Amino acid sequence: MTAPIETTGAEAGAQPEAVLAGVKKSQIEGRSLTQIAWMRFKRDKVAMAGGVVVVLLVLMAVLSKPIQWVFGLDPNKFNQDLIDPALLAPKGGWGGMSWEHPLGVDPQYGRDMLARIIDGSWVSLLVAGGATMLSVLIGTVMGLLAGYYGGWVDSIISRMMDTFLAFPLLLFAISISASVQDGFFGLDGLPLRICVLIFVIGFFSWPYIGRIVRAQTMSLREREFIEAARSMGARGPYVVFRELLPNLVAPIIVYSTLIIPTNILFEASLSFLGVGIAPPQASWGGMLSNAVDLYTADPQYMFVPGLAIFITVLAFNLLGDGLRDALDPRSK
Amino acid sequence: MSDEKAVSIPQQSGGTQAKDAGADGEILLKVTGLQKHFPIRKGLLQRQTGAVRAVDGIDFEVRKGETLGVVGESGCGKSTMGRLITRLLEPTAGTVEFEGRDITHLSTGALRPMRRDVQMIFQDPYSSLNPRHTIGTIVSAPFRLQGVTPEGGVKKEVQRLLSVVGLNPEHYNRYPHEFSGGQRQRIGIARALALNPKLVVADEPVSALDVSIQAQVVNLLDDLQEELGLTYVIIAHDLSVVRHVSDRIAVMYLGKIVELADRNALYKAPMHPYTKALLSAVPIPDPKRRKVKSERILLKGDVPSPISPPSGCRFHTRCWKATQICRTTEPPLLELRPGQRVACHHPENSEDQAPQDTELLTEARQAAAELGKSSDTSSDK
Ligand SMILES: Nc1ncnc2c1ncn2[C@@H]1O[C@H](COP(=O)(O)OP(=O)(O)OP(=O)(O)O)[C@@H](O)[C@H]1O
Ligand code: SF4
Ligand SMILES: [Mg+2]
Repeated sequence: MTAPIETTGAEAGAQPEAVLAGVKKSQIEGRSLTQIAWMRFKRDKVAMAGGVVVVLLVLMAVLSKPIQWVFGLDPNKFNQDLIDPALLAPKGGWGGMSWEHPLGVDPQYGRDMLARIIDGSWVSLLVAGGATMLSVLIGTVMGLLAGYYGGWVDSIISRMMDTFLAFPLLLFAISISASVQDGFFGLDGLPLRICVLIFVIGFFSWPYIGRIVRAQTMSLREREFIEAARSMGARGPYVVFRELLPNLVAPIIVYSTLIIPTNILFEASLSFLGVGIAPPQASWGGMLSNAVDLYTADPQYMFVPGLAIFITVLAFNLLGDGLRDALDPRSK
Repeated sequence: MSDEKAVSIPQQSGGTQAKDAGADGEILLKVTGLQKHFPIRKGLLQRQTGAVRAVDGIDFEVRKGETLGVVGESGCGKSTMGRLITRLLEPTAGTVEFEGRDITHLSTGALRPMRRDVQMIFQDPYSSLNPRHTIGTIVSAPFRLQGVTPEGGVKKEVQRLLSVVGLNPEHYNRYPHEFSGGQRQRIGIARALALNPKLVVADEPVSALDVSIQAQVVNLLDDLQEELGLTYVIIAHDLSVVRHVSDRIAVMYLGKIVELADRNALYKAPMHPYTKALLSAVPIPDPKRRKVKSERILLKGDVPSPISPPSGCRFHTRCWKATQICRTTEPPLLELRPGQRVACHHPENSEDQAPQDTELLTEARQAAAELGKSSDTSSDK
């Protein structure tokens, strides 16, 4: 008999799927890839720590007003009595730390630093989160289109992504932010600033996620399950939403988590340069910017917002790395 | 399928028994002059600089209830052919008729009803199932896509299909990664059967599987054919897989069909040298014949590029019988014996089609010398 078929006699006698013969009923419930990823993630202590910090930060941002109200914190209350009028620095060294003001007060005005950090957190996270969502939305749509349709659609979108990435983003962001006047879109003051920042950051960082989605889509498109769907009569939208997108969720989540810290830093840079969040609203980047001006008078001032940014960026990065390892074991 | 049947097949010497019904049955699929050229584009302007002639003019038909095996080396266009007849690709030229209806250039929308009748089984069970979908979702996708509600509900039908292919029906909410290759291939088969198709195209359905599992899956396909009256086109890269299940076999080389014959005729008296070479790679089942002839024809060199295929007979660069005419004139696919079509100037086991041309090409002489045999191999048969 021929080689592969030779085994027929012996094999046909065996149970067709002996592998499952002894499986207990309780084990039959399927475990999805998400559940497996979660089990893997739970074992990664560093990523878990990052995740816990991220959750705490988000809670702090979302609940920042209630927290201030409960603890009687006021980010904009001047405490001139705590400031040395000659030096403009807080009295008593260590940035004016005391039981009343655990993180000290800021120079010049004597505002409570803890309150300002808490109050700045929601602005930072809102801008970074909003910008990330915007870039993920644009990037996913563009990446899917380019990767799925290929050809000239891909050529156009790819050139567009190259162009966006080659833009002198910071200069562009500065000029847009600076030229937007109050009353734009019927918004003014803080809401307008936040919207402008979300738009500028989000609109110029979508190619990062776009490239990843495009590459993933191109490799998924070659998989036979796409062909199987098409052979059963599936149209483009079905293939994209039902077959491709479920496989893209993991990389999108991972890279969003990794983009958020970049966007936090970007917001801080813009506020630092004076085109981001305008005073008196507290923002981490704005505080850093002030601290540089007052460096000689109160060097400690820059540590607090600096540390806040550092911890946030680190936590998101650790979480993102952990998610990537958990969702895609091959990357290890 | 039972072991008894698998064992008995090699002993068959007469015609096929039950499957003979298909031999003169109704024609389900008819392919004429089918071509697929993939353009090669270069540069910024994407100018076409050439084409991969993956399928380059093939004719055949598939009759109701039969199994057509398609074999050939890697890259000879088998998968492309499969994708053309399922209309996953649009042919460059030629026609595809399904049940007498020309489907060559139908749009995606117009093809939808036909999709119910033609299903595919894929080669790689690891890439043919969406890892993010449960087995239930995968097997019920055909119902969703075709807007069909089976009797007794989708879930019940999915469970029935799973048991038909030998899987535990309780597993419908598991994910593909929890199954072995053979089990996944069974899932793929269940999906292909969901809509009760008329034609099933299986592209190397067992190539990716462990040898011990291959027989199980082949036998499952065979059983299903008997039960459901399916028609198969089974693609494989060697003859050992298709030999037991095929009624007729088409041998492809570089985008062409070089021999198309009834299974038994092909095995007993292959006419095309390429078929003979392929057959010699398959261990001979008959002990009597094994003693007589055990020579293995090793083809030298690789399959030439389908971008610029050799002139004349495409096999002349590797054939040990090639003469001048083979280089200049393409041999037509002729029915040299009832039910056996061959494209060769100097066929084995048959009358020479170009007897005047006897001077072997240099390469052919080398090849023949390597094989350690004379140019008239047909005589020792
Ligand atoms: N989409 C495509 N674009 C360009 N060339 C292609 C495409 N698909 C297939 N080809 C080429 O066409 C030729 C035939 O490919 P095909 O996949 O049909 O071969 P095959 O006989 O199925 O081989 P295998 O046994 O490896 O599966 C190959 O040279 C391949 O590179
Ligand atoms: S003998 Fe000539 S025509 Fe026949 S296969 Fe060889 S090269 Fe081709
Ligand atoms: Mg193939």
